Amino acid sequence: MTAPSEDIPMTATVEDIPPSTRETGPGTPRLAVEDLRIVMPATRRRPEADVVDEVSFTVQPGRVLGLVGESGSGKTTVALALLGLVKRGLAIGGGKVLIDGRDILALSEHDLQKVRGRSVAYVPQDPGSALNPVLKVGTQLREVFAVHGGDADRLTQVMAEAGLEDPAPILASYPHQLSGGQQQRVALAMAFACRPQLIVLDEPTTGLDVTTQRRVLDTVRGLCHTYQVAAVYISHDLSVVAEIADHVAVMYAGRLIEIGAASELFATPAHPYTRGLMRAIPLMATSHELHGMAGAPPRPGNRPAGCSFRPRCEFAIAECESGEPQPVVVSDTGHAARCVRATEITALSGTALLARDRTVPAAAEPVLTISRVSVSYTNKPVLRDVNLDVGARKSVAIVGTSGSGKTTLARCVVGLHKDWTGTITFAGSQLPPGVRGRTPDQLRKIQFVAQNPYASLNPRQTIGQIIGNPLTHFTKLPARERDKRIGDVLTSVALRESFAARYPDELSGGERQRVALARALVVDPELLVCDEITSALDVSVQAAIVELLLRLQAERGLALLFITHNLPLVRSIADDVTVISAGQICEHGPVTQVLTAPKEAYTRQLIADVPSFEQTG
Amino acid sequence: MTTATEATERVGPTSKAARPHPIRDLVIKRSLIGILTLVLVSILIFAATQTLPGNAASAVLLNTATPQRLHALEVQLGLTRPAVEQYWTWLTGVLHGNFGKSLANGQPVSTLIGGRILNSLVLVVLAGAIGTLIGVGLGVLAAARRDSVFDHVLSVTSLGVTALPEFVVAVVLVIFFAAVVIHWFPAVSVFAPGTPPWSNPRELVLPVATLVIVVVPYVFRMMRASMIDALESDYVQMAQLKGVPKWRVLLFHALPNAIAPTIQVIGLTFLYLAGGVVVVEYLFNYPGLGQALVGAVSDRDIPQIQAIVLVLAAFYIAVNILTDVIALAVSPRRRLPRS
Amino acid sequence: MARRPEVIAVLGRAVRTPRGTAGLVIAGLVVLVAVIGPAVAPYSATEFVTAPFARASSVAWLGGDVLGRDVLSRTLDGGWQLLAMAAVATALGVVVGAVLGVMAAYYGGLWDSLIMRAVDVILAFPQLVFALLLVSILGPKIWLIVLAVAISHAPQVARVTRSAALDISERDFVKAMQILGIPGRRIIRRDVLPNLTSVLMVEIGLRLTYSMLVIAGLSFLGFGLQPPAASWGLMINENRVGLIANPWGVLMPAILIALFTIGVNTFTDAVARASLGVGGRATEPEPIALVAREVTG
Repeated sequence: MTAPSEDIPMTATVEDIPPSTRETGPGTPRLAVEDLRIVMPATRRRPEADVVDEVSFTVQPGRVLGLVGESGSGKTTVALALLGLVKRGLAIGGGKVLIDGRDILALSEHDLQKVRGRSVAYVPQDPGSALNPVLKVGTQLREVFAVHGGDADRLTQVMAEAGLEDPAPILASYPHQLSGGQQQRVALAMAFACRPQLIVLDEPTTGLDVTTQRRVLDTVRGLCHTYQVAAVYISHDLSVVAEIADHVAVMYAGRLIEIGAASELFATPAHPYTRGLMRAIPLMATSHELHGMAGAPPRPGNRPAGCSFRPRCEFAIAECESGEPQPVVVSDTGHAARCVRATEITALSGTALLARDRTVPAAAEPVLTISRVSVSYTNKPVLRDVNLDVGARKSVAIVGTSGSGKTTLARCVVGLHKDWTGTITFAGSQLPPGVRGRTPDQLRKIQFVAQNPYASLNPRQTIGQIIGNPLTHFTKLPARERDKRIGDVLTSVALRESFAARYPDELSGGERQRVALARALVVDPELLVCDEITSALDVSVQAAIVELLLRLQAERGLALLFITHNLPLVRSIADDVTVISAGQICEHGPVTQVLTAPKEAYTRQLIADVPSFEQTG
Repeated sequence: MTTATEATERVGPTSKAARPHPIRDLVIKRSLIGILTLVLVSILIFAATQTLPGNAASAVLLNTATPQRLHALEVQLGLTRPAVEQYWTWLTGVLHGNFGKSLANGQPVSTLIGGRILNSLVLVVLAGAIGTLIGVGLGVLAAARRDSVFDHVLSVTSLGVTALPEFVVAVVLVIFFAAVVIHWFPAVSVFAPGTPPWSNPRELVLPVATLVIVVVPYVFRMMRASMIDALESDYVQMAQLKGVPKWRVLLFHALPNAIAPTIQVIGLTFLYLAGGVVVVEYLFNYPGLGQALVGAVSDRDIPQIQAIVLVLAAFYIAVNILTDVIALAVSPRRRLPRS
Repeated sequence: MARRPEVIAVLGRAVRTPRGTAGLVIAGLVVLVAVIGPAVAPYSATEFVTAPFARASSVAWLGGDVLGRDVLSRTLDGGWQLLAMAAVATALGVVVGAVLGVMAAYYGGLWDSLIMRAVDVILAFPQLVFALLLVSILGPKIWLIVLAVAISHAPQVARVTRSAALDISERDFVKAMQILGIPGRRIIRRDVLPNLTSVLMVEIGLRLTYSMLVIAGLSFLGFGLQPPAASWGLMINENRVGLIANPWGVLMPAILIALFTIGVNTFTDAVARASLGVGGRATEPEPIALVAREVTG
């Protein structure tokens, strides 16, 4: 049992694999993926369908490759394949995964066990569920050494490197007793414990607040550099990837459609999809229009003939139908894209972002006034003396980390939470604490859209019935008039009227959120409260929803109370912003002022922690 | 305004004085609720037996009941006193171990049922323990070899066996092992109440086997389902990705998590057995509480019925408390709150 | 525009699986025997046709029972009452239990505590013992047995529906209705109940099995239909003595009871699996989409 080598830049430590099967030499990439293909095997009912195909890339020691894609792109499948794992129902259809020249996919189960955790390590997306709830953290960390050999005394050192300064209490805890950030650091410590050659990080900062995320990213970068570890960083968040990756590979419908150096790729994307993504991302520096992409990625087994992106592509030409495009190299740094018009697209000036023309409405009587509102659960204060105004036709964003109390505030306004003290005034009159005491008029004029589009629609009702519920409750319209209103509101959220007969499980996340919006708007409210309505959506879908929301606000003269943790999004859509921390208002003011010249240290820290692209547009 | 720094966050076991004792608290709380329930149950039993038409007196006199004789007997048995007073007398008696006298043969009920409690307990504990062990073992194996022939056969048979009534199983066993096919075990027990049940192990085999057969499929299915659940979890995948060998993943990662839901089922198993013994004891003529209950019901022997049902209810409540406590003990997430 | 009710959709899916078909067929066969039996029995259930425990012969196809009556006829006669009692007890128990459970979940507070306390008290007895308790006072009357079994089912059903309803009440779409100020009753009827159907269907299946087991058990112990009536449970007990001479007196009713409970249990299992499918579609979802949703990252 050989002990892993000490803290010096690593050369390959390969154990009991015959040397003849290894191809090492100077310039051999740490990781080389060749034509990886993963499929859903054929069954009686359908032929073989590929989930991932023709994926090839390399990573040098000490470098980070960012693997980006939206949901369904196959990026997690690729990530697991780098450790030789395929989920139930999938199988390796071909290709190689070479780590220091050794093909992982060709190893036996027994050898694979030796490699995992030792030569290749994995950092999971949700450390809360990836850590065994009934085993102490210390047991799980020490297990890595128990299985792969090595000096358990190094444990403290490894934990310190991962940012866990005081290891003893953490080792003695169970996972649920740690915060999200601590859990992720434990996962990092587990991954780096045996000084692996390759680390695969699967969206490790999703679900962490921006400050914790910043810290984790710094730690990862530091460790990779110190130990010359190659890293593959999977994410759907391009700004995070921009911060940490040297090279970026973009996945769409199971294929690598673009690859290149990070700065180059983001500055001059060569594929229409990447271009579309860049135009959907909100930025801190400017308030620009966000552009979503119509349509959705094809499911496995449903790929169109020719380029998979063609149905949604604004640059599509006849040639695009004649088979999946081969990679076209557009620069001598190795920047390539699978598009027949790649060279043209790279030459287009940036991503052509249009500045948003947001006429700040005249200061009018505020529609909603929150005054000295406080909430406490048993003896823990959740909100303390919160004061907030929302003017007519204005959008006010409330920003904070999880646990800051922003969601509770929204629920108080809407009436879902009734144990609060203070006053909330709406359209001149005071609001009773809960739904019970409010007049129908008050209930109608304040509407709410929740975060999770998969839970907010009754699975047993049609879309028409769902949208019709508030309508029937608040108005007494004859059936024809009602159906017309439902049809109209569906059109206004860019859904076809025929959607009224469908059921929620037939719709995508973005479509469901539009239905939720429609349900809120059909009764002509004056104030719309949105609680993280795009957090569960892909970035291109988010862009479309947000633009829709703004357009509807302008058309109908709505006041908007927008809860989010996403600062760049705030920059894009809000007039005023309130920063809330630990239940108290930290700072408040017009967006341009607060985000460019913040007064409070907390706000400054928050802004500094937001990942960003080096250049804009 | 300070930033939320994790380094200063206190984590892990707090000082002994401040540490909550969820297990102790649970035991106390549930015991109190249990006693309350038991009292309510006793009221129910009492009300059912004493105050409904067809009371003890008419049960004793049966057809010879003339209004005068009935009334005389009622006074003698204390049935004319107000219900609450009767209940109180009974309750205080029970707390002293005095369950009254049997209407069938005049003997103190406590002597009649005392020895039988042990006999039934032996059956329940044996069947419960053996059934649990077999069920858990098979469940783990089936989950580890999911979708294999072994798994399919077990799953399908368990679906069938779990639906069988105990008396059918008992009859089948008797046919095979006692009466018709081979004659290894006695079809009925012949040992007198008072002798310990383990003095004659051959007589225990068929009754215990009957109960085990009925109980194993239930435990098996739950164990298999929760093992499969655990094996598909994120933390098992993480363990695999750490390079932990398969057997270790099964035993140290999956099994400890799969046990908790199964504890509930094991508790339910023992609860079921408390009722299942009734039919089995009757069928095998086994001198336990169940057999006594059937006899008492036929004889309308109210005091005996009251006593037996009360004992069973107490057993039920005790098992419930024990199950909840054990379930809490194996679940750190519920036991130790976040600090 | 209304979709096929979920009950029909789930049942349809269940029937098409091997377990579903098997369960339905087996249980259905027994029901058929029990219902048609009395009409096709060669002799009446109380007629003496042969010697006690006589072997199977042309006179009595399954031989004689303890008193020399025809085992076949008694078997054909002895099922329908059992099944009817089980069905009624189940229906009663499930309805009462479900109503209580949903009320406890939705209204919470005092209602909840009260109902759950009552549930605990009744759950402190084994079902059989509870029924025996009531029988001991009032005698083995049919209506009493049905009532006793129904009462012993209600708490368990209440518990299950309560936790399912609580789960649903917490979901966002119910909150969305609450925000509008829609009264609780209407929300229960329109939003909570329809989502409980699959849970209830599985409970009905399980309860039916248990009803049968308890009622047959009571009959076995002599507390069901009284002799000389024919009842499967009673037959097993009274013919036990002559097991070696003529096993059919015991085997036939035992097999029928067992087939019924096994059939119902198997079908219930199929229903449980079918209701896990994509939420209530009337048509089969596209297979690849289903697998892909589970499997791709």
